[in-house]
Amino acid sequence: MSMQSPLGRVRGLGSAKNGTHHWWHQRLTALALIPLTLWFALSIVAMTGASHSAMLDWMNSPIVAGLMVLLLAAGFYHLKLGMQVVIEDYVHVEWQKITALIIVQFGCWALGLASIMAVVWVWTGG
Amino acid sequence: MADVNRPLSPHLQVYRPQITSMLSVVHRGTGVVLGVGTLLLAWWLIAAASGPEAYAQFNWFISGWIGRLILLGFTYSLFYHLCNGIRHLFWDIGAGFELAAVNATGWVVVIFSLGLTGLAWIAGYYMRGAL
Repeated sequence: MSMQSPLGRVRGLGSAKNGTHHWWHQRLTALALIPLTLWFALSIVAMTGASHSAMLDWMNSPIVAGLMVLLLAAGFYHLKLGMQVVIEDYVHVEWQKITALIIVQFGCWALGLASIMAVVWVWTGG
Repeated sequence: MADVNRPLSPHLQVYRPQITSMLSVVHRGTGVVLGVGTLLLAWWLIAAASGPEAYAQFNWFISGWIGRLILLGFTYSLFYHLCNGIRHLFWDIGAGFELAAVNATGWVVVIFSLGLTGLAWIAGYYMRGAL
């Protein structure tokens, strides 16, 4: 029997020492995504029906490219954390849960990196 | 784990639907929709990097009625998840937990998400010269 109080156990975070990082990272990315999402929403409205050359002109700005990379990085990380919780909550068969978690993890990395590389590709002039 | 013989989440069938629980379900739902929507976002950016033909193909898809319907679902999900996400962050700092506040902010989220979606689409059609 442990003599440690519940509060002491929580503060010590057990032997893993990092029990809250998932929750904290989800909140950090959420906070970052508030201004980024507003910018993104305004951008897709402004770029509605834009031609390819207008799109390239827009993406050529370091501010646009920078904000887009930040949005993609924070967004895909937030998505990975969120989908992980949804899967862990609702998929109760172990092999299905593990498979779904792997697909989400790989998918977020692949799509996120491909999107970021597309932005960098355009910004550096193809 | 696979053979646990007790009720497991989501437990939606055992509770009476309320604004609080419904908004919570929709928050997760819109999160998943946005996840699927990142396929569209990736397509858009990769098409722009690939060249005029690939970009024209994306533009053709997104301008069609199926594309517009998907984009409408994506924009609503984006604004809903944004508004309700801010509500969640206030709870995280311990604010707005009283029942009256939880219900009131819930309706604020419903109204704002619908309003912002409407505004964005009106502005989008204006950009296309359709208004």
